[in-house]
Amino acid sequence: MLRKSYKEQKQKKEITGFEIFIRCLAAEGVDVIFGYPGASIVGIHDVLYDIEHKNKVKKEIEGTINNNRRNNAMTPTKVYDNHQGKTMTGAEIFVRSLVEEGVETLFGYPGGVVIGIHDVLHDLTHIKHILTRHEQGATHAAEGYAKATGKPGVVLVTSGPGATNTVTGIADAYMDSVPLVVFTGQVITDLIGNDAFQEVDIVGITRPITKHNFLIKDIKDLANTVKAAFYIATTGRPGPVLVDLPKDVLAAKAVFDYPKTISIRTYNPVVEGNSKQIKKAAELLSTSKRPLLYTGGGVISSNASAEVRALADKLHAPITTTLHGLGAYPEQSKLALGMLGMHGTWYSNMAVDQCDVLVAIGARFDDRVTGKVEEFAKNAKKIHIDIDPSAISKNVPVDVPIVGDVKRVLKQLNELVKPLDTKEWLKTIDTWKTEHPLRYKHDDSLRAQYIIHKLGEITDGDAVVVSDVGQSQMWTAQFFKWKHPRTQITSGGLGTMGFSLPASMGAAFGRKDLPVICITGDGGMQMNIQELATISHNKLPIKIFIMNNGYLGMVRQWQEFFWKKRYASTPISSPDFVKVAEAYGIPAKRVTSSAEVEEAIHDALAHKEGPMLVEFIVVKEENVYPMIPAGQTVAEIIESPEPLKQSHASHKTMIHAKG
Amino acid sequence: MASSDQLKQHTISLSVENHFGTLNRIAGLFAAKGYNIDSLTVGETEDAAISRMTIVTRGDDQIIEQILKQLNKLIDTIKVVDLTDEAFVDRELALVKVQCTPLTRMEIMQISEIFRTKVVDVSAKTLTIEATGSQLKVDAIINMLKPFGIKELARTGRVAIKREFQSESQ
Repeated sequence: MLRKSYKEQKQKKEITGFEIFIRCLAAEGVDVIFGYPGASIVGIHDVLYDIEHKNKVKKEIEGTINNNRRNNAMTPTKVYDNHQGKTMTGAEIFVRSLVEEGVETLFGYPGGVVIGIHDVLHDLTHIKHILTRHEQGATHAAEGYAKATGKPGVVLVTSGPGATNTVTGIADAYMDSVPLVVFTGQVITDLIGNDAFQEVDIVGITRPITKHNFLIKDIKDLANTVKAAFYIATTGRPGPVLVDLPKDVLAAKAVFDYPKTISIRTYNPVVEGNSKQIKKAAELLSTSKRPLLYTGGGVISSNASAEVRALADKLHAPITTTLHGLGAYPEQSKLALGMLGMHGTWYSNMAVDQCDVLVAIGARFDDRVTGKVEEFAKNAKKIHIDIDPSAISKNVPVDVPIVGDVKRVLKQLNELVKPLDTKEWLKTIDTWKTEHPLRYKHDDSLRAQYIIHKLGEITDGDAVVVSDVGQSQMWTAQFFKWKHPRTQITSGGLGTMGFSLPASMGAAFGRKDLPVICITGDGGMQMNIQELATISHNKLPIKIFIMNNGYLGMVRQWQEFFWKKRYASTPISSPDFVKVAEAYGIPAKRVTSSAEVEEAIHDALAHKEGPMLVEFIVVKEENVYPMIPAGQTVAEIIESPEPLKQSHASHKTMIHAKG
Repeated sequence: MASSDQLKQHTISLSVENHFGTLNRIAGLFAAKGYNIDSLTVGETEDAAISRMTIVTRGDDQIIEQILKQLNKLIDTIKVVDLTDEAFVDRELALVKVQCTPLTRMEIMQISEIFRTKVVDVSAKTLTIEATGSQLKVDAIINMLKPFGIKELARTGRVAIKREFQSESQ
């Protein structure tokens, strides 16, 4: 209804670039923008300002005028109920004053008002601008939003430092194939290249870390380019697209004509898999005695969890997932092997080594997964399904490549495959699971693994968990009870510390149906800690769990294993996080023993009306096990030194030993 | 790099959108991924909206496959063809300013004639020769002229186009 009405009313009217830009976003169905204002894009924020403050007023005024016109048909408009004497905001007063003055045309001004856009804004009340406290926070928030919802995340920042502050988030989104559309302001086109105030060549800077980027030099290209940006970001292998918007382009006028569809002659991602190849894959699978599915983030972004589940269940094939694939398959299932790779389970890595057919689905053979690439799944024929042709045979040569959308390819493949007799294979894997489970020491001292394990139990996996980078991230991946796709959000490819807090904001805006839990460390928490203000301001019900061990734990672990325990620059001090939270108006508590954990989690989850921070003081020197050192093989895997005490097994694949 | 010299040379012809920044995208891709560029030429085609690039590069089969895929992945790329295993015509142009004396001038001009190249400028102490042909031919004349003393040299890099009749051998 929204789109229809504004198209009818406004498509041919001349409006400013600011308005066109906001209309384009509305047409794309954007309802949240994360950003930070600045001089060159102040006009855009001005439009947004009206959306938040003026629309209600305008409707009232319109109503009043119409009533007055009806009532005073013979003496029009002079009599006007200006609502004098009623309480109203300063913004409302300003608008009413203008109406009184009979003003018809306005020119943009910081904080000012553009009356000509009011009827547009009437249609656009669903756009809300979220003011983050740093542009990096804006990009990560948009990533969190995109990962949690599957919709593109949208960022709007100003030129110069505003633009450069988005770079880390853009690179992160590029590595993890997150659909992001980043709009940056730019100095006026005449000044580009002059080292103007707050000028930076952001298109040049982000060229290698975007799927594509644009600098708009003519207002005529604005609507088409916004359309193209959303199209490119969300189709094929998703990724970030940046659009640079010079101030004069935004200020210029043009007829608005938003394209319904777009076709780019140079960009036609293949979505349908080649049926011959799919048949070949089915034939190869039919010969397999020890199949293994290896699924990645592509399954999540293609929304293909159901198809993956159907394939695994039909084949009786075990399934291991990458960090980004977690949630595609319920980890409690007999067929689930958890994560593979450097900190993957012992049995998933062993299964990779022993399988005879490996089906890589929406995964890219990253070095954290493969270790020594020549030895990876060396006994297996490999099938690789991916939408990005360049991901195929990039790191590991494959026998049956299938380029296409994972969901569509799997639908076809599922029809062709036949159930396999994998009893022996699953029995072997079951023995491995019993003999080499994920495990940790459990006693009075507090360990992050236990906290995450309990969190999984208490939520029963019904939560969106946003993790940071490092030990707490790996423990989250290992010990949380993954059940649903799009509930595991983390920075995988780039490994961006400070990702989790802002990303959890995006997740919280996108998903109101599940609790959002941010799991971070004392290091990660101090990167982007400023976003506590955004969380507090918006009363986002995020549960922030800090695993404070006084170290940059993952690097410390490497120093322990490979650098003779010389803890150079890894001890890190922190502020009193409880006091910090309180200063931001966020309730907080500190937990120091394992006995308090369950209650603390219950309390945090029960606090639904806003954020809550829990600082867990965990043991200082704890390691993530198992670990395959970088570039090595499963033969070099380092297992947990904890002895097995199966009597305390709390989970099929997970036990904690009472110390 | 000694080893890269042994890798097979590939001539890749690529049509791209004639946008600003496209050359940067392609050159940047080669730099970021660590691929070699032996030469790169770019110019407009019969359609002003499209540029043709001819890139001469080296790599083993896997690297060449990745180069082609990565080039295809760029949004501005219209078509990528590896001409190496097809019949194609390629040309390079060089302008060579050679030192000469009244005694050597005739000799240089004879060499130029043998290679069917043109003398395009002359001064008391120099001759400038325009050489067009395959890379081998251009290399050959440059080598012949070296003993006289090359003052300046400008080479274009390779341009290439597929032959229409693929049955004809090169």
